[in-house]
Amino acid sequence: MKLLVAVIKPFKLDEVRESLSEVGVQGITVTEVKGFGRQKGHTELYRGAEYVVDFLPKVKIEVAVDDDQLDPAIEAISKSAHTGKIGDGKIFVVPLEQAIRIRTGETGKDAL
Amino acid sequence: MQNEIFELQYAIDTFYFLVCGALVMWMAAGFAMLEAGLVRSKNTTEILTKNISLFAVASIMYLVCGYQLMYDGGFFLSGVTTVAGMDEEAIAGILAASNEAGFGDMGEYAGASDFFFQVVFVATAMSIVSGAVAERMKLFAFLGFAVVMTGFIYPMEGSWTWNGDSVFGLYELDYADYAGSGIVHMAGAAAALAGVLLLGPRAGKYGADGKARAIPGANLPLATLGTFILWLGWFGFNGGSTLKLGGIAVANEVANVFLNTNAAAAGGLVGALIVAKLLFGKADLTMALNGALAGLVAITADPASPSPLMSTIVGAVGGVIVVFSIIGLDKLKIDDPVGAISVHGVVGFFGVMAVCVTGGASVVGQLVGAATIFFWVFITSLIVWFLLKLIFGIRVTEEEEAEGVDISECGMEAYPEFAPTGK
Repeated sequence: MKLLVAVIKPFKLDEVRESLSEVGVQGITVTEVKGFGRQKGHTELYRGAEYVVDFLPKVKIEVAVDDDQLDPAIEAISKSAHTGKIGDGKIFVVPLEQAIRIRTGETGKDAL
Repeated sequence: MQNEIFELQYAIDTFYFLVCGALVMWMAAGFAMLEAGLVRSKNTTEILTKNISLFAVASIMYLVCGYQLMYDGGFFLSGVTTVAGMDEEAIAGILAASNEAGFGDMGEYAGASDFFFQVVFVATAMSIVSGAVAERMKLFAFLGFAVVMTGFIYPMEGSWTWNGDSVFGLYELDYADYAGSGIVHMAGAAAALAGVLLLGPRAGKYGADGKARAIPGANLPLATLGTFILWLGWFGFNGGSTLKLGGIAVANEVANVFLNTNAAAAGGLVGALIVAKLLFGKADLTMALNGALAGLVAITADPASPSPLMSTIVGAVGGVIVVFSIIGLDKLKIDDPVGAISVHGVVGFFGVMAVCVTGGASVVGQLVGAATIFFWVFITSLIVWFLLKLIFGIRVTEEEEAEGVDISECGMEAYPEFAPTGK
C-alpha cells in the first residue's frame, strides 16, 4: 500500500477528484494549504507599491491506494491537475504500513 | 405682490442652502466609509471614531469662534437672527433691502442657513486630515488639532478669501475659488502634510531597502460606497456654493454646476483608471476611486463657467495627476494611507490654477492666493502638531500600532467575531 500526497492548484480539485473516482479510488482527504516551490510566490501591486505573496494557496490531497492502483492513480492526478504552467504542484509517494477501518476493524487492502 | 415674491425667493434660497448643507454634511459619512475601507481592519473603530468626532468638534468650534473669525457672524453666533429676532421690523428690513436690490441680486436668506452651509465645509476640510494620519496617530492628539484647525486656522484663511478681508492688513487677494479647491481641499491637505511629516510613516510601510511596501485596505466595498457618497455630497458642495437658487439665470447656473461636477468626477475616474492600467497592468480600484475624487476636487474651484466637455477634461487631468502624485509621495516617504494629500492638495492646487483657463482668473492672483492658503495652513499646523507632540505625543507606541489602534485608543474591535486577535 502507498499513500499519495499531492499538492495541486485549487481550481483543479474537482477534476482530480473525478479522475481518481474513475480509476477506482474510494476516498480522499483534502486540506487547504499554503506554500511555495520553484514558483516562489508572486508580487502584486497595490496603489503602485509592491505587495509580495510569499505563500500561495494550494490544495493538498491524500489518497491511500493498493500497490496495483498506484500507477493509474498517479496518472489520473498528473493528467487532471496538469495545466503546463508553473505552479501545477507535486505528487509524493510514501509507503503505507497499515490501514484500519475503524467501524469494522478491517485492515490492509480491505480497509481502503 | 412684489413683496410676496421676495418672501418666496427668501424661502427658496434658504431652503436651497439647507438642503445643500445637508448633502455636504453627508460627505462626512463618505470620508468615514472611504477611510474605513482603506485602512486595515484593526484600525477601523478608531478611524470611525475620529471621523464622527471631528464633525462634532468642527460644528462646535465654528459656532464658538470660527464663524466670527471668517464672516464676522459673532462669537457663539450672536450675529445670527434668532426665531424671536425675526420680528415684523426685521422682515420689513429684509423686504426693503430686496426691493432695493431687485431680483438679480445675490438675495437674502436666513443667517442660520448660511452658518449651517459654512460649518459643514469646515468639517470637510478637517475630514481630509484624518485619512492621511490614519493607523498611527493618537485619537486625542488628532481631536486636539481639530479644535485649532476648525476654530482658528481654517476660518482665518477663509476670511481672506471668501470674505475678502486683507491678510493681516498687509495685502488683499485677487483669488477666484468657487467652492474651495484651495480654501477647503488644499487647506485640509496642507494640515495633513504637516501632521504626516511630524508623524512619520506607518511601521512596515518601507522595507530595509527603502522601497515602499503595499499595506492593502481592509474593505474595498466600503471604500467604494464612501466614494459614491462623496460624489453625491459634492453636488451640495459645489451646487450650494452658487449661494442662491431663485431666478432663471442663477437656477441655470446651479444646473450647470451639478452637470459639470458630475462630468469632472467621471473624467477623473476614467483618467485614473486608464493610467493605473497602463502603469500597473491591472485596474487598481483604489486609484480609480481617488481619481473620481480628484476630478471633483479639480472642478471645485470653477464648476460654473466651463463647458461640460471642458469640465470632463479638467477632471480627467486631475485623475491622471493623482496617480502620479500618490506614487511620488510614496517615494518621498510621505505615507498617506488614503491618498488625501494627493487628491485634495496636489489636485486642489491644479484646480485653483485651472481657473486661469476656464474662468479667466489671473495667474498671479491664483498663485498668490494658493501660496497664502498653503503656507498659512501648513506653518500654523506644523506649530500646533509640534506642540501636541512635545506635550502629549502624537503617535501611539510601536506595540499599540502593531496590535491596532482600535484596541489601544478605543478598546474595541470593529469586527470582533470575524477577525479574532485573541483579545
